[in-house]
Amino acid sequence: MTRTLRMLAVTWWLQLKLLTVSAFTGVLEIVYPLFFATTAFLVYRQNGDPAALVYAGLGSAVMGTWSAIATTASSALQFARWQGILELLVAAPTPFALVLVPITTAMATTGLYSLVATLVWGRVLFGIEVPVADPLLFAAGLLMTVLAIAMFGFLLSVAVARYRTAWAIGNMLEYPGWLLCGFLVPLALFPTWVQWVSWALPPTWGMDAMRAASAGESPWFDLAVCVALATVYASVAALLSGVVLRSARRHATLSLT
Amino acid sequence: MTTLRIFFVGGLISFRALFGWLSPWIYIPTMFVAPVFQVLLFAYLGRSAGVGSDAFYLVGNAVQYCAVPCVFAMANTVAGERQTQTLGIVLATPAPRLALFVGRSLPVIVNGWLVSMVCLIVGSLILGVAIPVAAWEPLVLTMAIGAASCTGLGLVAAAIGLRVRETAVLSNIVFGLLLVFSGANVATSAMPDWMAAVSTWLPLSHTITAARDIVAGADFGNVSGLVLREAGVGLLYAAVGLAALRLLETSSRRTASLERM
Repeated sequence: MTRTLRMLAVTWWLQLKLLTVSAFTGVLEIVYPLFFATTAFLVYRQNGDPAALVYAGLGSAVMGTWSAIATTASSALQFARWQGILELLVAAPTPFALVLVPITTAMATTGLYSLVATLVWGRVLFGIEVPVADPLLFAAGLLMTVLAIAMFGFLLSVAVARYRTAWAIGNMLEYPGWLLCGFLVPLALFPTWVQWVSWALPPTWGMDAMRAASAGESPWFDLAVCVALATVYASVAALLSGVVLRSARRHATLSLT
Repeated sequence: MTTLRIFFVGGLISFRALFGWLSPWIYIPTMFVAPVFQVLLFAYLGRSAGVGSDAFYLVGNAVQYCAVPCVFAMANTVAGERQTQTLGIVLATPAPRLALFVGRSLPVIVNGWLVSMVCLIVGSLILGVAIPVAAWEPLVLTMAIGAASCTGLGLVAAAIGLRVRETAVLSNIVFGLLLVFSGANVATSAMPDWMAAVSTWLPLSHTITAARDIVAGADFGNVSGLVLREAGVGLLYAAVGLAALRLLETSSRRTASLERM
């Protein structure tokens, strides 16, 4: 148990260091969501409702966490292939699923840069003060949102393992995630079937929990659903990773780029 | 004749060889699916804020998204030569530089225009925005000018790509700047004065205004001034891009930085 926890912590930290030295990740994950946040602030500012700006301020801050996972997690296995370490990771005695979890968690963690940058950006340039009535529960909501997005990334990375240009899928998922998880738009505006899709995504509940904690309401139900959904995503991803690896070994396609 | 071959054939071959997104596995999600979701994101954002109409966001984002094919592809088709280590060979040839680089921009313009048109058609069907039949013909021409103008900015990005390594980061930043400043989602009248002033000097802002006017019922004659201004802005950027390419080519020979990665 201790060895597993140590492996998770070391891999998370190592991956985080790798990601932060990449200009693509480092610069883009902070700057890119800011363009969308600025646009959202400029749109919401026109209706003159300060509460709408606070809604946009909090949502756009968390939005970057989704961006952090969509592209990078989808190409995580392909990146390992290019580096020639995929076979080593698969052959290691540690279950492959356990290796992937801290990798995608580190990817989601880099979204926190964007969160801080967007909150500061909104405060300084647009005067948006996001009130946090219960900081402890707010932090719990944020932590769960990051973990839930990491588990989504875990599933995504495994699901597109056989897709050589998986980054394109990741890019494509950026806008739907921003739209469906309720970061900038209330779910009530969507048709019912779209709302069902939103509710199946763990970040939707994490975002709701953060909004509830921010407004001084109880976030426990949202947190519970977020944890439950993240666990389901992680379990499906773990099972799928076994299937994908068996198939790759049988067809000798593990290292094919 | 050789110049024409370099312009048309060379341009097409470079586009096919260096713009690695032409695989349907990349092209369809990036060029057809993502822009439609961008339109939906901002249309719903507008509905949530009670600002603007679906048509406003549809036209704005359909035009603005051509920045992805135009800027990324232009940067790739020139700066991509560094990655393939062929830039030195290309620049050692006596081929006229105008035909060489402008020829590469022609397929980029066509592609950018196509992406905008598909986004406009699919977006209008999903959002239920009725675009008058008479509007399509002027829209086709206006959006082609917009794509050409944005490709001018792409030439500038391509020139910078001769010196910097992270062209993807650069192109993403250019895309983001156009998203904020071009008026795709915020009318220039609702922007702070300094932003509105910047907007008029950026590609796509005049095309967006013209396209919105056309969808609202204006004919081409009414928006011809805007289209001309867009063409002027595009030519300005293209001239700056070509001059920068020449300058960086000369300086890269001196500093041996042509294929430094």
